[in-house]
Amino acid sequence: MAKHIVGTVAEIPLKGRKLVEVAGRTIGIFNLGGEFFALRHRCPHQGGPLCDGPLGSCVTSSVPGQYDVSRSGEILRCPWHGWEFDVRTGQSWFDPKAVRVRSYEIEVIPGRNLAPPAPGMVPGPYIAESYPITVEQDYLVVEL
Amino acid sequence: MSTESGTRMVDCDIHNTITAGALAPYLPKKWQEYHRRFGRRQLPGDFYPKAMPFASRTDSWPPAGGPPGSDLNFLRRQLLDSWPIDFGILNTLITIRNQERDYDAAMAMAANACQIAEWLEPEPRLRASLLVPFEDAPLAVAEIERHGADRRFVQVLIPSRTSQPLGQRKYWPIFAAAAAHGLPIGIHFGGWSGGYPISGAGWPSYYLEYHTGMSQTFQAQLISLICEGVFEDFPDLKVVFIEGGLGWIAPLLWRLDRSWRQLRAETPRLSQLPSECFRRHFWLTTQPVEEPPQPGQFSTMLDHLGMNGHLLASTDYPHWDFDHPDHALPSSLPADVRRAIRHDNACALYRLEST
Amino acid sequence: MSAPRPNQIDCDVHAVLPSIEALLPYLPAYWREQIAQTGFKGPQDRWYPIRAVAAASRIKDEIPASKVEYLKRDVLDARRELEFAILNCDCAVETLHNPDAAAAIASALNEWLAAEWLACDSRLRASIVVPSQFPDLAAAEIDRMAGRPGFVQVLLPVRSEAPYGSRNFRALFGAVARHGLPVGLHFGGAPGNPPTPIGWPSFYLEEYAGMSSVFQTQLISIVSGGLFDLFPDLRLVLIEGGVAWLPPMLWRFDKNWKGLRREIPWVRRLPSEYIREHVRLTTAPFDAPGDARQLSEVVATLGSDDILLYASDYPHAHGEDRSVTELEFLPAALAARIKSENARTIYRF
Repeated sequence: MAKHIVGTVAEIPLKGRKLVEVAGRTIGIFNLGGEFFALRHRCPHQGGPLCDGPLGSCVTSSVPGQYDVSRSGEILRCPWHGWEFDVRTGQSWFDPKAVRVRSYEIEVIPGRNLAPPAPGMVPGPYIAESYPITVEQDYLVVEL
Repeated sequence: MSTESGTRMVDCDIHNTITAGALAPYLPKKWQEYHRRFGRRQLPGDFYPKAMPFASRTDSWPPAGGPPGSDLNFLRRQLLDSWPIDFGILNTLITIRNQERDYDAAMAMAANACQIAEWLEPEPRLRASLLVPFEDAPLAVAEIERHGADRRFVQVLIPSRTSQPLGQRKYWPIFAAAAAHGLPIGIHFGGWSGGYPISGAGWPSYYLEYHTGMSQTFQAQLISLICEGVFEDFPDLKVVFIEGGLGWIAPLLWRLDRSWRQLRAETPRLSQLPSECFRRHFWLTTQPVEEPPQPGQFSTMLDHLGMNGHLLASTDYPHWDFDHPDHALPSSLPADVRRAIRHDNACALYRLEST
Repeated sequence: MSAPRPNQIDCDVHAVLPSIEALLPYLPAYWREQIAQTGFKGPQDRWYPIRAVAAASRIKDEIPASKVEYLKRDVLDARRELEFAILNCDCAVETLHNPDAAAAIASALNEWLAAEWLACDSRLRASIVVPSQFPDLAAAEIDRMAGRPGFVQVLLPVRSEAPYGSRNFRALFGAVARHGLPVGLHFGGAPGNPPTPIGWPSFYLEEYAGMSSVFQTQLISIVSGGLFDLFPDLRLVLIEGGVAWLPPMLWRFDKNWKGLRREIPWVRRLPSEYIREHVRLTTAPFDAPGDARQLSEVVATLGSDDILLYASDYPHAHGEDRSVTELEFLPAALAARIKSENARTIYRF
């Protein structure tokens, strides 16, 4: 497993997202209330561009005609067939045990901790040339 | 983006969108004004909230503007250039089902002219379905005669919901004209019937019911076309069921064969076993593909259906229930079956050659 | 030699009302006079030619299945292994637009069944007939009849004005659930709207073959409307609807639910799970392929040994070959379940 710097915290506002290419994969990074989550940009169903889909609430019900809405903005629907995934875990809503999208560990690292050579870091796209200028920024790091 | 090397494809169900603005220049002035002032007065039936806006993949809205399917360049990028697609068959879903028949005919004529100018001329991989005012047979026949010699129109398009079952006599002149020009009838899911509910037990409440019940209109049309003896009168007629699915067919054919053996005295115009008639005269697109829970069940379904030479791969781009060209069909299909479904069956049916 | 132990439960035999006059003893005075003065013949609106699928009676001028004596002769005494037979009287009460007439006729039918059928042979059970097009009145009739001995099910025609899972029918299913009765959806019905999504077919053959799609509509509606969530004990029997169409429909329903689940969030499991748990199908007709291997594949894809219930559908003849009708193509243990054990479970005999 290696750690990859994929962006800065400032680039992804609340409720925002960003697609990044990392080690041959496309990954979507989401900002839920200041916490960051990373999901593979590929629906396990037919390979659709999952991270382009609409973000919405969790909708549950125990009685026909009643709609219980919670966790606003945390459920991602595939833009193709609408499969729902929990952004926090990557689990599908309809079968959380068996069906999920690959999710990745993501952490925020203060820029001042990234002075080269940062151990275990894979260079690019944010390589060393940026940190002498912006060591105050926080960086998003994905491990995969 | 393509991952399946060497297996060329014909996409037998692509939806191009002709917006009101795109259509207007092709409509005679009097109908432009009519369209602007009175527009379409259509019957109830199709207005269930669909899964996504425009019933389309949310990633299919062209960046330059306009609704999904309206931009040829974006369609090339997202579909035609992304996979080894030799030909794509357009099924334009513009409303040709208005109460005023001359307006219907004018809309069909304009849409066909627009298809030629803005889709077929600029893109040699595309073929189109001929739109006709199908509830008025003489007007529909006139439109078939107008374009029948243009090989870029590969079939006559009729939606699966019609005001009467399609086997009934009022539609027969359309079948005669289509057969005379060697054009199949492409029956695509949708439209609205003569104001009847979309099921045989009234109006369902939810889009999930609507979508899961899509095959029901095809079931009724299959039964009608065969039992009325349409293919006895038109032995050269071919019919394509587009977007009906596959799994329901074999059980219905078993049921219909059994029923016909019992009740055939009622339908003297039908003299052949219904399933034989069906297998001879019908073709089927694959989308929305069946997804049985166990891998072997798909092959079993094809075995029961027994129509591998009549299956046509399709994506239904840009709709949300789109089938991915490489991932929809199970990888376990034998290579020759896969090639036939993805390419060769369509080339034979639609007589496709590069222009 | 002792009689064989009964091991057959026939989940669909018909009681046919020969004429409205047969109901007169069971109708209130007002309706007796109305019938006499107006010539009202009761539910007559029917699209089902009586002779189309009925097996020819051996006796000239006999209306098949119109008397318990015929049933005894042809079914009850003819089949020594028979333990119970469930009577379904599909008299088209839903064709009556006058709500009180519909309710009165339904009640009279139930009393006729009790007095002239159930009371005459202890092997008979019956389904309660209701004015299904008026859900509140149907609920009242269910409340009235549910405790009566021998009535084991509520009968609904598969064709209706709106699908049974819709809110319109909630009161009817509430009554069903109150009394813990199964619901039988039976081939036919004449609610006034066409039996297809595309209008009125020309031939009875079309409607007959197309009826399986109406069963599909109802099943999809009942699951989507949440009836099995509201009423976890609800049992549904599809009677005379065919069998082979079910597995592909389950695949389609499950596939769609995964993406469209938000529209009906109370449906919390795969639709096929609900259906295998709550729904049963009678075996006549089966709609079987002629090939034995394909037939065993169809049975395998049903995915449940519990789902089929034997039925003869007397007096209708569906032209099945004998091996399907008599389940000879199945392993003995499964055939035994279908012949009686599954019915014993679902009807709680």
